[in-house]
Amino acid sequence: MMRYLAGRLAGMIPLLFGITLICFFVIHLAPGDPAQFLASMNPKFSETAHEKFVKMYGLDKPIYEQYWIWLKRVAVLDFGDSFTPDGKSVTTKIVERLPVTIWLNVAGMALIFLIALPLGVLSAYKKNSIFDKSVTVFVFIGFAVPTFWLALLCMYYFGVIKGWLPISGLTSYNFDSMSFGGKVADILWHGFLPVFLSVFGGLAGLSRYARNSMLEVLGEEYIISARARGIPERKVVFRHALKNALLPVVTIIGLSVPGLIGGSVIFESIFGIAGMGQLFYQSVMSRDYPVVMGILVIGAVLTLIGNLISDISYALVDPRIRYGRK
Amino acid sequence: MAGSRLLKKAKGSYLLYSGLIIVVFFIVLAVFAPLIATHDPTAINFDEVFLPPSSVHFFGTDELGRDVFSRCVYGSRISLFVGFVAVGISLAIGVLLGLLAGYIGGITDLIIMRIVDIMLCFPSFFLILAVIAFLSPSVFNVMAIIGLTGWMGVTRLIRAEVLSVRTRDYITAARVQGVSGVKIMLKHILPNVMTPVFVTATLGIAGAILTESSLSFLGLGVQPPTPSWGNILTAGKDNIMFAWWLSMFPGLAIFITVMGYNLLGEGLRDVLDPKN
Repeated sequence: MMRYLAGRLAGMIPLLFGITLICFFVIHLAPGDPAQFLASMNPKFSETAHEKFVKMYGLDKPIYEQYWIWLKRVAVLDFGDSFTPDGKSVTTKIVERLPVTIWLNVAGMALIFLIALPLGVLSAYKKNSIFDKSVTVFVFIGFAVPTFWLALLCMYYFGVIKGWLPISGLTSYNFDSMSFGGKVADILWHGFLPVFLSVFGGLAGLSRYARNSMLEVLGEEYIISARARGIPERKVVFRHALKNALLPVVTIIGLSVPGLIGGSVIFESIFGIAGMGQLFYQSVMSRDYPVVMGILVIGAVLTLIGNLISDISYALVDPRIRYGRK
Repeated sequence: MAGSRLLKKAKGSYLLYSGLIIVVFFIVLAVFAPLIATHDPTAINFDEVFLPPSSVHFFGTDELGRDVFSRCVYGSRISLFVGFVAVGISLAIGVLLGLLAGYIGGITDLIIMRIVDIMLCFPSFFLILAVIAFLSPSVFNVMAIIGLTGWMGVTRLIRAEVLSVRTRDYITAARVQGVSGVKIMLKHILPNVMTPVFVTATLGIAGAILTESSLSFLGLGVQPPTPSWGNILTAGKDNIMFAWWLSMFPGLAIFITVMGYNLLGEGLRDVLDPKN
């Protein structure tokens, strides 16, 4: 296992290298000098900022040298300073925003698993029943609904018409004066819609996946033989089949990272939540290159880690898979 | 014949039919948009701002007094165009690289599959946002970037299919006869691996339409005054407090269209899958 892990980590290095290469060339895709482009877009972009930018990326040097300079800085997690007036370092800005995004995504992900697994497993168990068919209809709806549209409709109904839920932000204006319990309740109250919508968006894919996995296992020979031995159907399904069906499903957590990161841009900008997605959106709109680059690289690293976790958890939960041994 | 068997299977597939009806409906809507729209989609009329749906303005009017129904009708053109062109680009790249990786193998295969791995590691929506912001938003850039970030699945699919086909006797026979590698790939391998690609392409159109509308919604896709479902929804978000119709109808159009392509794709999968 350790050898496998070491191998996988070593394998991530060329991937990371390729990712930074693409990120770097993306910034150079912009026609013309990015520094001048920035200056023309933003009247606040002063002469000193221009010099800082040129120096930071070494724009007067040949491109391969620029990449090398940038890579050396990124290797020690130095993404430079933001171009916004506050002038904070990119790392500080991202670290400020990351917890909210992670909180919302972890809450969403946990709920998705809690709901989608039973849905998928039961609809496979009762294949072609009314229940299975309604889950299938729900899955088709879930795949096709643009979540940002659903978010607008929910905001209108629950926020504007009914006035039950807040439509913006993650805390009330008097959050600081609340008791601890009040703070928790306030965050839950504000987080309800964003989490509900991300759950809705993720539910369809996972329950479908769980259903297919369960159906596949139910067709295996050891299930047939268990039935042939006269083991009650209930026990066959929930003891013998379930465990094996859930293995591949659990590992999908790691693979869902890019989708979650992408989705957070939309949710956070709709609900006015100050997370990493919103930061990325704002930085893209204000052409804050260092922040954009930083988030791109960090997003890719998170995805790589997600892939790794998914492979490792596969090996951990499935005794048939033993990496690193011939 | 295989053809009549497929036709028989297709007859019973209500997924395929309902999908086809929706898809054809929106294609007709896009093609005949000028005949169907009741108003000029970009005509501004400050006397008729934020009118709720009525018999004159079926879907109401927006903040500039434009007719939302006509804007939605014209918006179907953008969705269709972006969906087809973006998927066309992904297919072209994906099929080419998949064929090369699968047929040539060796170092070519290794390099191509590494590129696929790298591309899959990007949170692609972030990459799309960044590139579009740097290149300035336009329909062309949106199509190109959705296409350029969506080919990896097709490459993997084609490569796997090629690997399973290339050792068959008829390929060996062609090679023994001295048929060139390019000709073998295009004439003998490609037609035999295209079936799953049809399904992927249909589902891909649905995905591209969703991505375009998300981008336009965020202001990084199709720019006003050109109507697209996504950018009408932006106005819906800004005026959510009093103009629900701006959010309701374009979103419904996206939902139904995407549903149509998904149903069609799943229907095709059922019909084309020899295991069923």
